[in-house]
Amino acid sequence: MKKTKKPKLAVWKFSSCDGCQLSLLDCEDELLAVASAIDIANFPEASRAVSKGPYDISLVEGSITTPHDAERIHKIRRQSKTLITIGACANAGGIQALRNFKDVKEFTSIVYATPEYISTLSKSTPISDHVHVDFQLHGCPIDKYQLVEVLNAFLNGRKPNTPAYSVCIECKRRGIICRTVAFSQICLGPVTHAGCNALCPSYDRGCFGCFGPKETPNTTSFADYWSKLGMTDRDLVRKFRSINAYAKEFRLESEAHEG
Amino acid sequence: MKTKEPLPTPTVTIERKNLDVLFSALIKNGYNVIGPTVREGAIVYDLITASNNMPVGYTQEQNAGKYKLVKHGDQSVFGFNTAPLSWKKFLHPPTLELCHSHRDRNSVTITTPKIEPQKHAFVGVRPCDLAAISVLDKVFIASPYTDVGYQARRSDVFIVAVNCGQAAGTCFCVSMQTGPGATKGFDIALTEIIEKDRHYFVAEPGTDQGETILKSVPHKEANIYELKAAESQLENTAEQMGRKVDTTNIAELLTNNSDHARWQEVAKRCLTCGNCTMVCPTCFCSTIEDVTDLSGDNASRIRKWDSCFTLGFSYIHGGSIRSSVMSRYRQWLTHKFSSWHHQFGTSGCVGCGRCITWCPVAIDVTEELKAIRSNEQTNPSTKSTKEKQ
Ligand code: SF4
Ligand code: SF4
Ligand code: SF4
Repeated sequence: MKKTKKPKLAVWKFSSCDGCQLSLLDCEDELLAVASAIDIANFPEASRAVSKGPYDISLVEGSITTPHDAERIHKIRRQSKTLITIGACANAGGIQALRNFKDVKEFTSIVYATPEYISTLSKSTPISDHVHVDFQLHGCPIDKYQLVEVLNAFLNGRKPNTPAYSVCIECKRRGIICRTVAFSQICLGPVTHAGCNALCPSYDRGCFGCFGPKETPNTTSFADYWSKLGMTDRDLVRKFRSINAYAKEFRLESEAHEG
Repeated sequence: MKTKEPLPTPTVTIERKNLDVLFSALIKNGYNVIGPTVREGAIVYDLITASNNMPVGYTQEQNAGKYKLVKHGDQSVFGFNTAPLSWKKFLHPPTLELCHSHRDRNSVTITTPKIEPQKHAFVGVRPCDLAAISVLDKVFIASPYTDVGYQARRSDVFIVAVNCGQAAGTCFCVSMQTGPGATKGFDIALTEIIEKDRHYFVAEPGTDQGETILKSVPHKEANIYELKAAESQLENTAEQMGRKVDTTNIAELLTNNSDHARWQEVAKRCLTCGNCTMVCPTCFCSTIEDVTDLSGDNASRIRKWDSCFTLGFSYIHGGSIRSSVMSRYRQWLTHKFSSWHHQFGTSGCVGCGRCITWCPVAIDVTEELKAIRSNEQTNPSTKSTKEKQ
């Protein structure tokens, strides 16, 4: 790595809350190391200085919700050697993808005084629906250690350690007492992608599924089990239809319980 | 571990009030005492220093997919069964750095963390967990490749076993012939007896060290009445077993039924979450993660508990061998109850019941085995040799 030209990194924002990009600023101790290893060429949250593409790595946050977004993402792809999407919005459409289950015109007519001015797509979609994505980093927001790990892996030409198994595996490695078994609390951990190190269970809460579906998620069995314990279809829909509502396996499961 | 055949003669009794003398004797001998304690709504194993750290008056209810900490009527200190995570976490840590490398201009230096022997006294090891520790010893020490870290962590462990005075709803040690009484692998084995006006322990030394420690605790030689009380308690517990497994030719049963329809059925329910393997006291699999710093000059190799339920576990060039849920569940159950015998000359299951309790959709190994046995669907002979796992 030494003495060679520093790789150029750009951060892009689409429909999102900025929380994921802020994880990069949140890296505190690691940030200086990141800044010395890479050239941050475009990162509006951190600096107004912009340098031109092409970029070695583009981090893309947010989902595609407007016709303008849909064009812009292609331009970004053309300028980026590696494109990494970060967070639930970029990977699955985000919380704003709740509109995908309804008619967006209805919302705009209620929310805006002059809905004619609103130019929006009927669906909020993940970046990968529009362009080729090299790597998806999950989370809402992403975990800063995983972000450093991914940048680190790309800089060093190795595979990032971001396993797709369940949150339960991280939960048990930490020795946390299972929310489901010991407290009858619904926890999406068994169907959710690891990465947060079982943050919610460590604070006595069931997993909310921020990291999206794990590898081979058996949402059907999970939902069956909870309905047998008395959970209503309405509550099951709400469980699966949150931050990762439009991620395929969660979407199909919520649809299966809809009236 | 020098284990000698326990003799009936040196068995003694220790009054409840002197249990703390046992703790101080262990501490005086340089041991960190690890034992049961209440934490976060469960009884777990952690560092303790005296008997008032223990779950006095607590027990737990366990059933498939259910665990509940409850108050007991009496003042027992061992009135419960197994903790969610077994002693495995101390002997085979969930996360461990194996080595570190540093690169400079012309060389690479590799350092391995110093393996510190740990002087731990495990207090309250159940007979099933004793059997599990002896399985881990076979896997990590007595196999062609010794895990030196495990060996170091294990070599100075002092074990105070405790016989079970009750069984949990998920226990089946009787079927697996590991309990409810400890027969070997301990330094001291206790049986807790609570009578109307007396609370005491029948204590049996299993090793010379055990005998020495016992000598420093006020005791009396156990009389026939006390020995009988301990014995009848064990008989009671054996009758309370929450679960049962017919182990007749179990290794063959599973290899011969690798195409049984039940595998597809359980695959519909299994979440491949890996909880069963994490809590199992004998599951030893791990994965390796290599991490670097941003410059690439420093790298670490980290070992973490893994599970045969992950896709990465069976990943080789081109993809994962066990991509279906069916193949992953079958691997787990078949390894535990069948191929483990060929590999290590013992069952991989000790009947502790943890995998049943901690499965978030209440899958029960004893039920799965029963379903296969009750309706055998033996493979055509060609298949049975080809498809062992
Ligand atoms: S608390 Fe949730 S994540 Fe942790 S083991 Fe239980 S189900 Fe899995
Ligand atoms: S397979 Fe289940 S019952 Fe058997 S030792 Fe493992 S966790 Fe305990
Ligand atoms: S058997 Fe239960 S605990 Fe084990 S992987 Fe399947 S769902 Fe998880």
